[in-house]
Amino acid sequence: METLSRVHARSLVAWARDKPKAVVLSADLTSSCEADAFRDAFPDRFFSMGVAEQNMLSFAAGLAREGFLPLVHTFAVFIYRRAFDQVAMSVAYANLPVKMFGFLPGITTPGGATHQAVEDVALMRTLPNMTVLETGDATEVESVLDVAASVPGPVYVRMLRGELPRLFPAAEPLRLDQPRVLSRGKDLTILSSGLCTEEALPAVALLKSRGVAVEHLHLSTLKPCNHPAILQALAQPKYGVLTLENHLVTGGLGSIAAEKIAENGLGVKLCRLGLQDTFAHGASKGYLMREYGLDALALVRAAEQAVKTDLNIRAEDLAQMRVETVPSEAKPEDL
Amino acid sequence: MSEPTWVNEVRQIAKRVRRRVLEHTLRHNGGYMSQACSSAEILSTLYCKVMNLAPLDKPLRPRPFPGVPSRSNRIYRTGAEFNGRPLAHQDRFFLSPAHYALVLYAILIETGRMDPTGLEDFNRDGSSVEMIGAEHSPGMEVTSGSLGQCLSQAAGIALARRINGDQGKVWVFMSDGEFQIGQTWEAIAAVAFHRLDRLAVYVDVNRQQCDGLVANVMQLEPLHQRLESFGWRVVRVDGHDPGALAAPAAQAADGRPLAVLCDTDPCHGLQLLRANAPKLHYLRFKNPDERDAFRRVLEAM
Repeated sequence: METLSRVHARSLVAWARDKPKAVVLSADLTSSCEADAFRDAFPDRFFSMGVAEQNMLSFAAGLAREGFLPLVHTFAVFIYRRAFDQVAMSVAYANLPVKMFGFLPGITTPGGATHQAVEDVALMRTLPNMTVLETGDATEVESVLDVAASVPGPVYVRMLRGELPRLFPAAEPLRLDQPRVLSRGKDLTILSSGLCTEEALPAVALLKSRGVAVEHLHLSTLKPCNHPAILQALAQPKYGVLTLENHLVTGGLGSIAAEKIAENGLGVKLCRLGLQDTFAHGASKGYLMREYGLDALALVRAAEQAVKTDLNIRAEDLAQMRVETVPSEAKPEDL
Repeated sequence: MSEPTWVNEVRQIAKRVRRRVLEHTLRHNGGYMSQACSSAEILSTLYCKVMNLAPLDKPLRPRPFPGVPSRSNRIYRTGAEFNGRPLAHQDRFFLSPAHYALVLYAILIETGRMDPTGLEDFNRDGSSVEMIGAEHSPGMEVTSGSLGQCLSQAAGIALARRINGDQGKVWVFMSDGEFQIGQTWEAIAAVAFHRLDRLAVYVDVNRQQCDGLVANVMQLEPLHQRLESFGWRVVRVDGHDPGALAAPAAQAADGRPLAVLCDTDPCHGLQLLRANAPKLHYLRFKNPDERDAFRRVLEAM
């Protein structure tokens, strides 16, 4: 599988070249949010706002009112925790096309609790007018700009940086409210989002090799979340639904599944994997995902519980699974 | 030396604003009266002398509440239409302390921009003439009721207008209490850093806030020096003197944003109000006698 570096840095420059109304606002984390190449390429469209996120979000709203397309770059926590009132009242209330790129979603950083956005989906999803996207690989980071810009309103993006795998073919971009169906099967349904999908892929492959028919969907749009394929996937499993997210299990993907199951009277058992009512701390991504049960092995164990069978899967088996780029099982138009 | 005609006009409008707000406060047994007393000359000077706003053909009647902004709301529009068409050479006005809405509505009526019957919709269910104005309310175009957010939004608009080459200015009316807010200082720094010198702030320094005297709630002086140290051009004036209020706005831009600190009296033109000090934020009559006393003042106004 291909691994790419600084995907957003390159894609932002290429994308913005023919969009003169696109401006970048940054709060002293320009390189950390891979906006440095944009700053160097288009200095007239880059605005340094200092470590002052509340002003930055309201300021972006003002630019958007005058027809600009502000792309706010900072760590996710400083958008929704530090400036939630400004996001709600200056941006979301007025349905302004401010695009917020929140880096370091969930426990992707050794920066500890202060830098780990673990409840951002929950908060942003509750805001009227808000669209919530989450990128899961290089292809989604490349294509999220088009999707974010196409929405006539505010968009919050859980953004990935640095070294990224290309899980999804470059020719299959992120599409608004289009889940990727990565596996089909009627025993168990797995919904995953963000970088958790990279964890889910080997787990799903192993489960299938042990005879469990898995329906696996990757969701890159968390709001709106109305595609019929999601409901169908939730309705059909014999043993239940598992969700795996880089977030608290409350308010995010797990809650989305719970709401849909309850509102549609599906009566299917749900197991939500993610942070269980806890903050995390500073450590490596791999360690934290293991420690807090967000990794492939945690998913396998939850699947075993759901099907009530020991599938004889060991951690070593997972380590040996080679993840290849996975095209969707179904073309978007088929879904 | 006799006063220019416009000065007299500003004084007359300010008087009528106080009268209208008092009349309204008596009718509804409550109102933001001290804000009218302190800011009537500031807002009147802005509307009559300082700001270059497009005139209206006739006073507008407030629309019913159009619903909140959303993708599906096709009829939504802000209350900016009361300030005239937003052309590139025209100025824009932003009311930061949204609880001054009643004063703004009175100004709009007295300057021929709002039909006087519009005030009958004040705080009425389903109306856009809300008690704490929002962006659909007459004369407003951003939602500033969460105090401290307006200056940042106006700054974004000022930057956008500079990029677009607009000649019009951006005027922001603020209250002194808002200078206790962290975001205000974030915005003050950003406006100076980005040299948004077509943005100007008029501050109603009435030294009053909800809990009482600003100095007893959280001191913010020396405001003049604090703003200057952030790179602003600061002028301190008598907030009830139209000539003094208008003078700083006529100076040529020099790269620095302009702050006009307007020292005001929250009981100006209504001495009876002083008995309520320091609780002046909202006037509600405690008994019929007090109400009658204010009614007699109104009749003499």
